[in-house]
Amino acid sequence: MTALAVDAPRPKSRFLLDRQEIIGPLFIAPAILYVLVLVAMPFLLAIYYAVSAYTIFDPTYRFVGLKNFTDVIASEVFRRTLINTFVFTIGAQVIGLVLGKFGAMLLMQEFRGRGIARALVVLPWAVPVSLATLAWQWMFDSLYSVINWTMIAVGLMDPAEPWQWLGQQDLAMVAVTVVHAWRLFPFAVVIFIAGFTSVPKDVLDAATIDGAGFWRRNYQIILPIIMPIAVIALIFGTVFTFTDLSVVYLLTRGGPMNGTQVLGSLAFQVGILSGDVAHGAVICLFLFPFLLVAVIFLLRMLRRREI
Amino acid sequence: MTALARRIAASGSFYAAVVVLVTFSAFPFYWMLITSLKTDGDLYNLDSNPYWFNAAPTLAHIEYLFTDTLFVRWLINTALIGLCVVAITLVVAVPAGYSLARTPGRGGETLGIGIFLTYLVPPTLLFLPLSRVISGLGLQDSLWSLVLVYPTFTIPFCTWLLMGFFKSIPREIEEAAIVDGCTVVGAFVKTVLPLSVPAILTVVIFAFTLSMQEFVYALTFISTSDEKPVTLGVATDLIRGDVFYWGELMGAALIASVPVAIAYNLFLDRFISGITGGAVK
Repeated sequence: MTALAVDAPRPKSRFLLDRQEIIGPLFIAPAILYVLVLVAMPFLLAIYYAVSAYTIFDPTYRFVGLKNFTDVIASEVFRRTLINTFVFTIGAQVIGLVLGKFGAMLLMQEFRGRGIARALVVLPWAVPVSLATLAWQWMFDSLYSVINWTMIAVGLMDPAEPWQWLGQQDLAMVAVTVVHAWRLFPFAVVIFIAGFTSVPKDVLDAATIDGAGFWRRNYQIILPIIMPIAVIALIFGTVFTFTDLSVVYLLTRGGPMNGTQVLGSLAFQVGILSGDVAHGAVICLFLFPFLLVAVIFLLRMLRRREI
Repeated sequence: MTALARRIAASGSFYAAVVVLVTFSAFPFYWMLITSLKTDGDLYNLDSNPYWFNAAPTLAHIEYLFTDTLFVRWLINTALIGLCVVAITLVVAVPAGYSLARTPGRGGETLGIGIFLTYLVPPTLLFLPLSRVISGLGLQDSLWSLVLVYPTFTIPFCTWLLMGFFKSIPREIEEAAIVDGCTVVGAFVKTVLPLSVPAILTVVIFAFTLSMQEFVYALTFISTSDEKPVTLGVATDLIRGDVFYWGELMGAALIASVPVAIAYNLFLDRFISGITGGAVK
């Protein structure tokens, strides 16, 4: 870029607009500023709140050290919340990936109506999460649940004792996990399709001629090729599930009895609804080590891609 | 079994699998549709088959939604927020993506990855401190708070997307314009931007849909009904006390979902290549 062909003198007013070493930083500055002011600064603010006695009602920055952290860790509800968050995340990823692989293998075939099928499969991931979750809330209704109606109709459920999907802890866990997996699997489908189609056909043909069977082709050729993409998808999916609070907030409000509480919803309840910003900030910060791991993995994947 | 029969059986089970998959993904949307068109008497009757109409369909819920609720207002709010976010995103991300694409050496790439990573920072981590910042700025209960905050996730993603695109434009085109007497900025505006219309269109769609899908910040910052975006308004304001207006709720959810779903389907491939960092072409 330094080797621009012309060095002819130009009018002075255009001088600044001509200097690439000035324009480069000038062009990138607003983006960096935005991220610094509205991402980095709030993050530091969160740390600050976490070590102070700040509440909405008493906004003092009295330093209390790690007391808020020990308070939170000591609480029964928090430990339950932490476990829930992992259960939801892992459960949803596993179901999502299995369905994603299954869906991708189906939708890669040529068949009539494939376009429509793909569009319908992508829906759960495309529409706003809060609106989609409302539909599930109605499907899990305590009285008019269509799922219960169907199970009663086919004789799988006792009409006298319909299941309370959102009112019993174990069922509520299942409900939230299913909704998360439902939201996530279209993403996995799309990523898997993209991955499979990026495997060169001649490589596969050559392997087949050399005697590689179905499993060998699957695990020794296709898998290594699509691995980077699959891992990136997995990282995004994990981060989005782990940090989500809308599904839990809308379906169960964290209940019954904090049985489905996740880090996000608990932080919302403590920090916003109860106004205890300091303890809420501590709960949020527990997301951070997890995010850091995700970021490191993602960085490695992106670097590997470049080489 | 003859070969033909076997083939029919195989394709039959294939289609059955497709139907199961599509039913799982799309059933909630069918459920929105049919719920929004049923009469209350049909809806709240345990004896009637819920999968189909047992009384004549009605548009009463939809009508109520448009005449007696703030639904239209919420749609307008969402559109307004989306447009402002798109404008801010373009103004910030287009030059940033270009600058990163043309920075020599690995510096641009590294900085680009750094900005992209902020896309991974979730609202859940920042909503508490940001809610204090917003109330400090006097923007609480105002949709402008969302206009200010949403670019924090649209800018990183769109900068990344644009960086990849600008890299694919040969530098010689700009250099030719510079030789012809353009400034560096002039060359960018006159040669690169016209070539970038598809990429910029993608950014517009994504900034808009990403800001339309957001829920956490809206829930945290806004409690006044007529400042809410549609995702928040529908989820919180169509419920009076313990009474859910399911017909209205489902109608509203469906109507607000349709445009996003269409936009997503059209631009899906670009989104994927953005998120996988161009690993998939």
